Amino acid sequence: MSDHIAKPEELSKIDYKPGKKPWLDASFEFHKGTYSYGSNPQSVKSLGLPYARAFNPANQDWQLPENWKEIIHEGLRDRLKKYRSLQVFMDICVRCGACADKCHFFLGSGDPKNMPVLRAELLRSVYRRDFTAAGKLLGRLAGGRELTPQVIKEWYYYFYQCTECRRCSVFCPYGIDTAEITMMGRELLHLLGIGIDWVTTPAANCFRTGNHLGILPHGFKDSVEFACDDLEDLTGVRIEAPINKKGAEVLFVVPSADYFAEPHYYGFLGYLALFHEVGLDYTFSTYASEGGNFGLFHSSEMMKRLNAKIYAEAKRLGVKWIIGGECGHMWRVLHQYMDTMNGPADFLEEPVSPITGTRFENARSTKMVHICEFTADLIHNGKIKLDPSRNDHWRVTFHDSCNTSRGMGLLEEPRYILRNVCNHFHEMPENTIREQTFCCGSGSGLGNDENLEARMRGGFPRASAVRYVHEKHDVNLLCCICAIDKATLPTLMDYWVPGVQVGALHELVANALVMEGETRSTDLRQQPFANQEDSKDA
Amino acid sequence: MNALLAALAVGVLFAIVLFGVAGANLQFVFGVVVPYGAVALFLLGFAYRVLKWAGSAVPFRITTTCGQQKTLPFLKNDNLENPHNLIGVVGRMALEVLFFRSLFRNTKAKLKEGGRLVYGRDKWLWAGAVAFHWTFLIVLLRHLRFFAEPVPSFVLALQSLDGLFKIGVPVFYFTGAILLASVTYLFLRRVVIPQLSFISLMADYFPLFLIMAIAGSGILMRHFYKVDLVAVKQLTMGLIRFQPEIPDGIGFLFFAHLFFVSALFAYFPFSKLMHLGGVFLSPTRNLAGNSRQRRHVNPWNYAVKTHTYEEYEDEFREVMRNAGLPLEKAE
Repeated sequence: MSDHIAKPEELSKIDYKPGKKPWLDASFEFHKGTYSYGSNPQSVKSLGLPYARAFNPANQDWQLPENWKEIIHEGLRDRLKKYRSLQVFMDICVRCGACADKCHFFLGSGDPKNMPVLRAELLRSVYRRDFTAAGKLLGRLAGGRELTPQVIKEWYYYFYQCTECRRCSVFCPYGIDTAEITMMGRELLHLLGIGIDWVTTPAANCFRTGNHLGILPHGFKDSVEFACDDLEDLTGVRIEAPINKKGAEVLFVVPSADYFAEPHYYGFLGYLALFHEVGLDYTFSTYASEGGNFGLFHSSEMMKRLNAKIYAEAKRLGVKWIIGGECGHMWRVLHQYMDTMNGPADFLEEPVSPITGTRFENARSTKMVHICEFTADLIHNGKIKLDPSRNDHWRVTFHDSCNTSRGMGLLEEPRYILRNVCNHFHEMPENTIREQTFCCGSGSGLGNDENLEARMRGGFPRASAVRYVHEKHDVNLLCCICAIDKATLPTLMDYWVPGVQVGALHELVANALVMEGETRSTDLRQQPFANQEDSKDA
Repeated sequence: MNALLAALAVGVLFAIVLFGVAGANLQFVFGVVVPYGAVALFLLGFAYRVLKWAGSAVPFRITTTCGQQKTLPFLKNDNLENPHNLIGVVGRMALEVLFFRSLFRNTKAKLKEGGRLVYGRDKWLWAGAVAFHWTFLIVLLRHLRFFAEPVPSFVLALQSLDGLFKIGVPVFYFTGAILLASVTYLFLRRVVIPQLSFISLMADYFPLFLIMAIAGSGILMRHFYKVDLVAVKQLTMGLIRFQPEIPDGIGFLFFAHLFFVSALFAYFPFSKLMHLGGVFLSPTRNLAGNSRQRRHVNPWNYAVKTHTYEEYEDEFREVMRNAGLPLEKAE
């Protein structure tokens, strides 16, 4: 962990009172630890994007292209036509303030410009002055302000202090969604060659190699084979995991961290064990070796460019339908964008579970099923044997990821699974779960090291809720179904709630899964099953 | 500062009507020309704004889902919070528009000792908003008695319900008082809550003051400085029949009331008050969350540069062959 960051006791002293001056007069500056570094020009170039240049946000001169104002105005005009969301959200906010204390970044920092309403006003003030009659006529009196290089910097700072989690849009009486505003703001900045490297470089990697981490085909194969070997060591069961296999029934797509990082990896082992046990005919793909999509955090076009490979590969391999692994923003893309952008998937079949015969009617058009839907259906139909006591060493709480809850409504599937695979499941307080869930604080490309203070601040509301169940119910495992969560929550827990581990849902599934021919006495982390020793809970 | 400017603006409006009617005797201008102009501006402006919104595309189905999706038959779908069909969407919108469902969720976060965040229920804003909008609607509907002869029965029913307790002569209408009280509350919270006063623009205070002036002048006119109602109705019926006339003896207060109302109508389409129309067009609320079930079409979807499998295999053929991965082309 970076040594720049203050201690938790210090960071949790938060003043929510803004200054006396009206916000149009309030200044801001880049504060170390709360912003991300600019894009690597190589990555910008390799994606064929304009104005690639070495870029340090802390520099005074951002080397904006000569006609930068025109570019922003054109870009905004274009997007107002293309997105009713943007046009309506620019026009109808009444600044009632209901969203203000719903944002994890505001709750964790007290910075008034992190109130969703004000984050949107950063863009809206320019829109008012340059695009509305009242603003053109009355200027500042109508809440308009001039577009200056300082405004561009402010956009960069605050549109990359929003994780596009959409919690504010749940509470807004008009459903104004700050994620839309942030997305548009980021797109506008990209028109000037301005972006953050933690988004641009993974996107460039994904474009070329098929995954964000830049793992080459043979590396992918090694990882999968390594996992198969690990699973054999752990369970005594030898499994096969096909790659690029033509004619398989199902294409399985996961976020790349699943086969490369911990604790994701335990969930990956979980998928392998489960698919083996039920005898699913599936294949991985090296070309479509990423379900996550950092394009979503970049621009609509980039999202489409990266997402295209999933359908393309499903077609090439001749599969019938697709299953997607545990990931948050990946599922926002798959659920709300993929079919529209890269469909129709008329070369696939309506998904039917070959094990239970269940028809996944809700995925009739997109033909892609969430692993939790698949597994919950297996459990409901009694197709797998589970021993939940094997997870008795875990006292579990569940973190809904922003995108699967507010961009999909996948709330009950993971809970149904959890109740069947473990005996100790405790919910966090009701205002912090389901559609009101709090972001990990590191989503939408902000999960980098240089941004650590902002992440710890943004994750504070989530951590505070975890601490509650940790103290009340001795919860020691924060279970989640999102790759970014798994990558960043461990740091958040170490900082705010030491003693709580982070795990994947399918890790718990595989722990509980009684496999044919197994010989095992430990969970996937090589910890002895609780029922093998004297359990405290027994 | 923004509040002062807004109050000043309403003061200027009052000065204009005072000077115009009481000073310059321009009853026809303020009784006929201004109201006609304001209503025309309102209708045209409103239509323009809505058409402009409608002219923007809805490329994606970006429903904000606030409940369980429709998936497996044994998991209950919450069709009002995460609609999967038209009935669900209509129900969700009705709850939103009529009862301010989302605002009802409102919570208030508090940071406790030891750095613990807690969330309390906070229905005040919801209650204030519901009281304000509903009473405004009822007051507006009651005013139909000035624009129809005979007065429609539902208006009479509204009136008698509103004055149920028959306090005072003429009967005191509760809605008028609640309207004034709630609009005052909506103003006060903007001044008292620091975050709100930080974000509030002149455009947030102005309509509140204007509505206070409208409600205030209305109540004054009814109970304190009475105007000639027969003459008023003669004027309003003239307006509605496009045979405008200015009867004698209508008090000044009426013209002030009418001018404030006209100002509100004229201002409406150029302001945030357009949330009245916009709430119906909000894509996070008025679309079903069934994107995987029914394909949504983006009217401006265009082809993008992708990295095809062929290009991918061309670049990585060597390592793929060495790793024993199947290939499309041997070389």
